[in-house]
Amino acid sequence: MSASLVELENLTVRFHGERTVHAVNGVSFTLKAGETLGILGESGSGKSVTLKTLLRLLPENRTEIGGGVRVDGTDILKLEGRALADHRGGTASMIFQDPMLALDPVYTIGEQIAEAVIRHEGVSSAEGMARALDMLTRVRIPSPERRLKAYPHEMSGGMRQRAMIALALACRPKLLLADEPTTALDATVQIQILILLRDLQREFGMGMIFVTHDIGVAVEVSDRVAVMYAGEIVETGSVRDLIRDPRHPYTKGLLAANLHGAVKGARLHAIPGAPPALAEVPKACSFAPRCPVKVSGCDNNRPPSVVLGEARQVRCILAVPAP
Amino acid sequence: MSAPLLSVSGLTKHFPLKGGLFGRSTGTVRAVDGITFDVAEGETLGIVGESGCGKSTTARLLVDLITPDSGSIRLGGKEIGPDLSVRDLRRQVQMVFQDSYASLNPRLTMEDAISFGPMVGGMAGNKAVALARDLLARVGLDPSRFAGRYPHELSGGQRQRVNIARALAFSPKIVVLDEAVSALDKSVEAQVLNLLADLKAELGLTYIFISHDLNVVRYMSDRVMVMYLGQVAEIGPVEALYAAPAHPYSQALLAAMPSMDPDRRTMEAPLAGDPPNPINPPSGCRFHTRCRLADTVCSKGDPGLYVMPEAGHLAACHIHVPGSGHRDATSRAGVTA
Ligand SMILES: Nc1ncnc2c1ncn2[C@@H]1O[C@H](COP(=O)(O)OP(=O)(O)OP(=O)(O)O)[C@@H](O)[C@H]1O
Ligand SMILES: Nc1ncnc2c1ncn2[C@@H]1O[C@H](COP(=O)(O)OP(=O)(O)O)[C@@H](O)[C@H]1O
Ligand code: SF4
Ligand SMILES: [Mg+2]
Ligand SMILES: [Mg+2]
Repeated sequence: MSASLVELENLTVRFHGERTVHAVNGVSFTLKAGETLGILGESGSGKSVTLKTLLRLLPENRTEIGGGVRVDGTDILKLEGRALADHRGGTASMIFQDPMLALDPVYTIGEQIAEAVIRHEGVSSAEGMARALDMLTRVRIPSPERRLKAYPHEMSGGMRQRAMIALALACRPKLLLADEPTTALDATVQIQILILLRDLQREFGMGMIFVTHDIGVAVEVSDRVAVMYAGEIVETGSVRDLIRDPRHPYTKGLLAANLHGAVKGARLHAIPGAPPALAEVPKACSFAPRCPVKVSGCDNNRPPSVVLGEARQVRCILAVPAP
Repeated sequence: MSAPLLSVSGLTKHFPLKGGLFGRSTGTVRAVDGITFDVAEGETLGIVGESGCGKSTTARLLVDLITPDSGSIRLGGKEIGPDLSVRDLRRQVQMVFQDSYASLNPRLTMEDAISFGPMVGGMAGNKAVALARDLLARVGLDPSRFAGRYPHELSGGQRQRVNIARALAFSPKIVVLDEAVSALDKSVEAQVLNLLADLKAELGLTYIFISHDLNVVRYMSDRVMVMYLGQVAEIGPVEALYAAPAHPYSQALLAAMPSMDPDRRTMEAPLAGDPPNPINPPSGCRFHTRCRLADTVCSKGDPGLYVMPEAGHLAACHIHVPGSGHRDATSRAGVTA
């Protein structure tokens, strides 16, 4: 029995090919219904792979997935056929940086949304179209009746992003997976979309996992934040704790690199070097080669996840556990 | 006060919009439409604005990748064309682009990529190679490890360092950085920003720093120029402008930055809709279609750039023009530029 919408237990994802890539190396977290978790991390840290696992979007033949993945009580790794199709776009759905990954260029926005609703809920095409109109209104697309008949290429960037959100939410998913949906947008449009997602999330009571590399964006939408590095979560906590009192050296470095509290004219506390290649299973702290406060023990073992308080954990041997 | 190093006046670039049968011209993109600004030696001028507002077109005009329709560029007091050759401009003003991969030839090693330009410019081969290795070291890439590598053997941050080295090979006075750090991961971006600051101090460089990241622009720039639909909306000292933006557009742009405080999230988007494109820009003040302070005068006349009380701070908004007819004009009046 569990009250969690999402439970990830020691997830590992490996891609086999010319070289094996250890993309996710033991990620665990839970998400409650109605909660938003921000996943913050740099390129290649495993954010998208983690999200795709939750929808089982990774190439089956080359991907080795370990650990446990449950969404709404269902073991996602065991899903097949009709149940998997129901999961994708029914229970959980995903939005992307590039809306054309979700939208089909040859159908109108109205047709695409209606089709999804008909497929998942077995309603009539008139009902499907009515839902499409309702969704376009909810995502605040101006003149929604007219836009039902528009093709994706006839819309501006921000409008396409809204149409993608309308499609993703049409079947009232319990879980929305957002993979950097605002990264390519102007700041003026980004904030519109962030506020919209925040409002819709509350209105629909959805759980949301929002992936971003921008701390400001994570602050705008998240209740909790998980910081990923080299396929591991190195720190989790409420967005407040994480911003005000980061504990992992990588989180501290990331905040400094985002010019959080940067003093003009003073050098930035840049993290030296670059992330590891993920060619093997980490045997030590993956951040050790770049860590400014590294001690000899950091190279010997993988640091345990230290519990600092309720919903607050850090993977660093220097972290002092809560008494 | 000494003459500015770079002085741009009334710079304009329109692109014909091709379409329809036989690629006939169907309109004009007014990408850069009469912009005027100065850059002093040793300073960093930031340029911000939504996509399509003309930042990159301005950059490309400055390095002569494209030719202006009208207006003038002066370098060290000499006007390009009459007083100074385009070749001189191209040497003294160098550019670094966002896409580190596209700007490097995949078949040239890093050493060759950097020494190529100076050799074409007449430098002896062995001298150019020595220069390339010196520059690699300067941008933090050990020449013994990196000189012989090809672009695909480098990370994005390393490639961007090479692009910076390549720009420096001409000993330029001005480096135009067009979204030069935007594609980098934050931790790597911070390294490159430190490098840019070091090089500027060491070599006495002047930067024009274009970025959509308003935090980075604030950190890097002495002054900042806000562009809207091909024109300058506001220009001024960076701290003054960020603390009290005078133009309603600058106010909206800054208010659109995500909050870094979980207890003070942004509750309302300062602007609705997408940025408009500069094909048929609105009459009068181009911002009037999105401005919450717009009055009748705003759609009628172009406000022009007006001097604000603070030295070097100019804004193009009727509110700051005494007697403009805008309902708020008198209370916040500045002086004519
Ligand atoms: N289908 C795949 N086959 C092989 N390797 C993959 C595949 N998908 C992802 N990877 C690798 O897994 C690692 C994690 O990738 P992921 O896409 O999750 O990164 P990310 O955190 O989303 O980064 P970004 O911020 O760039 O989107 C990377 O090294 C990536 O190259
Ligand atoms: N070569 C070109 N031909 C036609 N239009 C162009 C060309 N270059 C730029 N533009 C247009 O000019 C406007 C300004 O573009 P740009 O300077 O690239 O903006 P920014 O860099 O601020 O995003 C845009 O509408 C763009 O589409
Ligand atoms: S001139 Fe008018 S429309 Fe333009 S920014 Fe000022 S108040 Fe707004
Ligand atoms: Mg990704
Ligand atoms: Mg540009």
